Amino acid sequence: MRITCPLCGERDRREFYYKGAALVRPAEEADLAQWDAYVNLRDNPAGPLAELWYHEMGCGSWLTVTRNTASHEILHVELASGSGLGGTP
Amino acid sequence: MRIAGKGLTAGAKTVSFSFNGRQLMGLEGDTLASALLANDIHLVGRSFKYHRPRGVLTAGSEEPNALVTLGSGALQDPNVRATTQELFDGLQARSQNCWPSVEHDVMAVNNLAAPFFGAGFYYKTFMWPAAMWEKLYEPMIRRAAGLGALSGEADTDLYEKAYAFCDVLVVGSGPAGLMAALTAGRAGADVLLLEEDSRMGGRLLVEQEEIDGMPALDWVDAALSELEAMENVRLMCRTSVSGAYDQGTYGALERVGHHELRQHSLKGSHRPRECFWRIAAKHCVLAAGAIERPIGFRNNDRPGVMMAGAVRAYLNRWGVAPGERVTLFTNNDDAHRTARDLVEAGVHLAAVIDSRHDAPDSDLYTVIKGAQVCDTGGGKRLESITVRSVRGEEKIQTDCLVMSGGWNPSVHLTCHLNARPSWRRDLLAFVPTPEAVPGMRAVGACNGSFSTQGALQEGAAAASAILQELELQAKDCALPVADDSPYRIAPLWAVPGKGRAWLDFQNDVTVKDVTQAATENFRSVEHMKRYTTQGMATDQGKNSNVAALAVLADVTGRSIPETGTTTFRPPFVPVALGALGAGAADQGFKPQRYLTSHAAAEERGASQLEVGLWYRAAYFPKPGESNWRQSCDREVIYVRNAVGVCDVSTLGKIDIQGPDAAKLLDFVYTNTFSTLKLGRVRYGLMLREDGFVMDDGTCARLGDSHYVMTTTTAAAGEVMAHLEFVAQALHPEWDVRFTSVTEQWAQFAVAGPKSRELLNGLLDAPIEGDAWPFMACGAVSVMGVEGRLFRISFSGEEAYELALPASYGDSLFRTLLSRAEALGGGAYGMEALNVLRIEKGFITHAEINGTVNAHDLGMKGMLSKKKAFVGQAMAHRPGLVDEDRQQMVGLKPIGAVKELSAGAHLFNPEDPVERIHDQGYVTSVGFSPLMGHMIGLGFLKRGLTRIGDEVRLVDHMRGIDTLCEVVEPVFYDPEGEKLRG
Amino acid sequence: MRFSGWRVLKEGLTGNKGWAPHWRNPEPKREYDAVIIGGGGHGLATAYYLAAEHGLTNIAVLEKGYLGGGNVGRNTTIVRANYYLPGNSEFYSHSLRLWEGLEQELNYNAMMSQRGILNLYHNDGQRDAAVRRGNSIVNQGDDAELLDREGVRKLAPFLNFDNNRFPIQGALMQRRAGTARHDAVAWGYARGADMRGVDLIQNCEVTGIDVENGKVTGVQTARGPIKAKKVALAAAGRSGQVAAMAGLTLPIESHVLQAFVTEGIKPLIDHVITFAEGHLYISQSDKGGLVFGSYLDFYASYAARGNLPMVEHTMETCVAMVPSISKSRLLRSWGGIMDMTPDGSPIIDHSPIEGLYLNCGWCYGGFKATPGAGSVFAHLIATDRPHGAATKFKLDRFRSGYGLMDEEGTGAQHNLH
Repeated sequence: MRITCPLCGERDRREFYYKGAALVRPAEEADLAQWDAYVNLRDNPAGPLAELWYHEMGCGSWLTVTRNTASHEILHVELASGSGLGGTP
Repeated sequence: MRIAGKGLTAGAKTVSFSFNGRQLMGLEGDTLASALLANDIHLVGRSFKYHRPRGVLTAGSEEPNALVTLGSGALQDPNVRATTQELFDGLQARSQNCWPSVEHDVMAVNNLAAPFFGAGFYYKTFMWPAAMWEKLYEPMIRRAAGLGALSGEADTDLYEKAYAFCDVLVVGSGPAGLMAALTAGRAGADVLLLEEDSRMGGRLLVEQEEIDGMPALDWVDAALSELEAMENVRLMCRTSVSGAYDQGTYGALERVGHHELRQHSLKGSHRPRECFWRIAAKHCVLAAGAIERPIGFRNNDRPGVMMAGAVRAYLNRWGVAPGERVTLFTNNDDAHRTARDLVEAGVHLAAVIDSRHDAPDSDLYTVIKGAQVCDTGGGKRLESITVRSVRGEEKIQTDCLVMSGGWNPSVHLTCHLNARPSWRRDLLAFVPTPEAVPGMRAVGACNGSFSTQGALQEGAAAASAILQELELQAKDCALPVADDSPYRIAPLWAVPGKGRAWLDFQNDVTVKDVTQAATENFRSVEHMKRYTTQGMATDQGKNSNVAALAVLADVTGRSIPETGTTTFRPPFVPVALGALGAGAADQGFKPQRYLTSHAAAEERGASQLEVGLWYRAAYFPKPGESNWRQSCDREVIYVRNAVGVCDVSTLGKIDIQGPDAAKLLDFVYTNTFSTLKLGRVRYGLMLREDGFVMDDGTCARLGDSHYVMTTTTAAAGEVMAHLEFVAQALHPEWDVRFTSVTEQWAQFAVAGPKSRELLNGLLDAPIEGDAWPFMACGAVSVMGVEGRLFRISFSGEEAYELALPASYGDSLFRTLLSRAEALGGGAYGMEALNVLRIEKGFITHAEINGTVNAHDLGMKGMLSKKKAFVGQAMAHRPGLVDEDRQQMVGLKPIGAVKELSAGAHLFNPEDPVERIHDQGYVTSVGFSPLMGHMIGLGFLKRGLTRIGDEVRLVDHMRGIDTLCEVVEPVFYDPEGEKLRG
Repeated sequence: MRFSGWRVLKEGLTGNKGWAPHWRNPEPKREYDAVIIGGGGHGLATAYYLAAEHGLTNIAVLEKGYLGGGNVGRNTTIVRANYYLPGNSEFYSHSLRLWEGLEQELNYNAMMSQRGILNLYHNDGQRDAAVRRGNSIVNQGDDAELLDREGVRKLAPFLNFDNNRFPIQGALMQRRAGTARHDAVAWGYARGADMRGVDLIQNCEVTGIDVENGKVTGVQTARGPIKAKKVALAAAGRSGQVAAMAGLTLPIESHVLQAFVTEGIKPLIDHVITFAEGHLYISQSDKGGLVFGSYLDFYASYAARGNLPMVEHTMETCVAMVPSISKSRLLRSWGGIMDMTPDGSPIIDHSPIEGLYLNCGWCYGGFKATPGAGSVFAHLIATDRPHGAATKFKLDRFRSGYGLMDEEGTGAQHNLH
């Protein structure tokens, strides 16, 4: 598997660490159901999924990678800093 | 039998080798199989289940029968295909899975019991009495099963791994592959051409054909010369592509050292035995050819029954006649080329039996049309065949039956990403489904284009299409002209009749087995495979799967495409674990991280502990000490009474800078760091988002917007990734950056009542009065070297951690040691460190085991209520704050047995020792020389309310059963007076 | 038809003409008392115990492909009961007891081979964790013992004791653990269920779950609608997808775990051996192939196949720890799809929808759980009360934080268990 890091170019999967689905973090005051959804529950589609990868052995960027979980085709890669995952501060 | 002057090996040097102890001669360029056949040796091995005599069937890596063992001792190599093993002087091969010899194998008795050994018989028996399975039946089955044997010794050979990158990966160097490589190479593309064989050319090496009016071999030579001259083309022989993976990644095995004699291991030499390649290719041309399939008929497995294409190869490439009186059985035109070549080479061809009534005539040999071979005779070698035709049955004497049931394109790699192949009714074969693997194009025989002209054309076309995508200009070149005969075939999978007709030769799966499986409702092709073991042998069904599913389709009344195939899985050819795991043997498995104090510690005879990838000194033995406990106790006393020095550089150190550094720290720690004063250190607790403790450590403020964080050794990488995640993904608006400086600093704990005295002889500016109170930090200078000093303590004594750039580590450690020794102290290792911290109730990852939260650790006060932090929401889940949870306590032995052990479980003294009464467990123990007994930390249900209670500690593993008193987790100096000095 | 050595002998002497289908191919009825979605090991075992223990026979197992085609047909066949947290301990203990005697219960040779498992440790921390685990196992009533380095060497002299990056210090051994012939487990349960009247319906993909007023009423399938008051989900690997048909989101992320087998070789490895470093687990099948695996590929996947980095990692661990198998050849690699949960432990529970039951989240512990899961899931479906050995596999534990069973201690990141 190869992923194209927006900063480094196409690199082998070995350089990356996988975290899971890229979800928007709830506000601190959100109820337990929302936190449960963020920490535990997963839509888990057999198809395109936005997910978090960390270019650990490269530039150290966290990436939001849109990848098809059925075919492993990679559809889009962007820096996670632009994905709005922190929610409303 | 070798035909003088025939074949590419004609005139080659002779080579001496042995088979089953017999000294034999072959030719340079031979495979073991061709050399054995040249010596008229047909009986090479025995089948898996019935131990039937077996000979060479094919001339390729798909060989199911002729598997042998090479060498002995650490070099012993089982299951080697004689058909791909190149001959070399001194090669020693022997038959396997037979005893006492391949000629006389006692297990051949299985063949007589065959009626009881049908498909899946073992699922129906061996159940009584139940205990006999492990005692009798299974050991018996295990001993009988297996193919060759490993020596049991460690492999001493050398293996390598490598990466390669290219625009165009061409797999296979037959006409299609060569044409693709030429077309792409001429246009300047970066081409990598891989060939499984020892020589490039594919089928052109074994066919009597012309290309552009010249012998095909001359065309191959010209093409190879042209390719070799191109700087943008790399050619690799003896390299099999093993698998296709995502985004144009391919695995390939290069056999580097299989074709020469090795008396010794290859360690220390520069040539590995094998090299496993990871290839990233923008495009791939798959020109992997096709594999010929046998026909099922009674006793079709005798030595002397061979594939037609293989016989052509032995004849034309190696000049070997497979028999003296040959017969041929086919359902297609292609096999007639073997007949023609045999006759032209002067081999006696008794008859060609063609199942088709419209089979082509020949004036070179007799064709019996509309006929079938329905049985064979012979024992260790074929002696006769029985032919059934409209005229009835007749027996023909023959010592070699050449057979062909048609060709299966090698679709395997196109299916490795889950695609299924498509059925071509005209070819009676599965062909690759286009776009099955992104970027891969199948061409030539691999794509069902069986003529040389078709192969050349498809190879050129695929390369041209790729060039377009690469935006390269294809050179205008005329396509060579070659044979373009059509491929004609009629269905014939198995000849009807009594007796056993083999499908999977190695696993002894017959037409009957498939039929019986269907009768028993194993009708899905996967069920049939799993029930009969069809296709599960070392060839993975390359020879037999299509015929087997055709038989299944027939008995279940379905079409072949409806029946479907089983799944094609990597690797295409089996790959030694040593090659895939190259570099990991012995110490190579993981990197080693050494402290700057390592050499000095080794000089002092320190015992080393592995901590992740690091090595840390466990203790430093002194003369006269006979066990580790004596050393450990002494080192503890150093720290408590004088001064000890310990290398703590393995702790993660993260340098954090930026205007928003404090915001970040407030967010990742449960407690507050924005209020930390310059020049001060604070202990912090970090949670995972699920509310459990991730790590703990200290963080020092070195400047307004400059902190240095320490993590535990174990969690250094995890914390770094976490900080990056928080800063990049959750709070990109914060202006803060970090870098790991773990390896940049050598850091030593100097601990004990004399620590200040030690440092004051060393620091350029001595520590005076209250200038460095507990939890102070700042810059210092040591003999002119700029460093950092932290007044922190993991031992409970007045203690400092002194950090200098790592290049000074060795020198600093030695200096600290000599000064400590002069003050009545010395070095202490991990064992003493552990005792010291247990005495203080300080936690490590023995306690922070991923399932505890701040409440459990007695640290709920550290969960700030004034600010948001990671894990805050989930840390307050009802299940995490429940009073019934296990909480950390100290433990002190009170019974007769004064022993504690980590991993022991805790019970109420009156309860039975059963899981349902479990009250907790012990995490850390040590012997406190100060207290004169063992002390421990552990987690106990409602522990904080049970101080003073008695609990029973039980360790079945170590045979310890004792009573303990539950105490506060701080055993030593609970008020902290010592560490404040 | 009863299977036995005599039967094999008799059929052999009479031309093997008397063998009958191991199960029927019934047409689906319009209505059942209960349907089970998923004809894998768990679904078939559940059907078997519903029929055998609870007398529920008007039931159907609906299988998308062929029986036993999911993870029961693509695992590394290891059976053990060496978990250490409450919830897991009693469940796997129950399951192991069912494994013992399974052949006689099913009259089908599933080749449960109690050859023993060695969980090797390489340092003091791993040893203490092994001790804690071993004590849990014994407290549960199962067997475990601690072996030192020499004890391990006696049983497995071919391991790397001399020059290992992570020297082998000892092992936790469970003698009652072992392996079983995975396909035969599925077939044995299928035959047993079929004999008791259960309809096993292959090539019958469920395309919808019918829910009215918060109650299940049946399912839509590729072969038409089927009514049922109770619908039980046993579709590991696809649990999230099936649950989504009923509008449920599960705490599950699907991951691929690769498994490997080598060419057959003569017997070398007599036990199941696992390594704390590198996470390798390996055994040798009765046919002679070495069967092994290690970590997940670590990315979410439904592809049932993996990539080279984990292939190589696994082989690296092999040559580092078992250098004598370096010359054996990898014959086949494949992938299974794992339901990974936030604590690495499974879910057997009611769902928020009345009549819809969940059996999912097995991570990679599903095969050894097969008899146990079938038995306790059948109990839940039949009685609407959890079985005593499975009271803690609650769906709501992730939200409440009560009774989490995080054996690895890696927390709520699904792929780390």
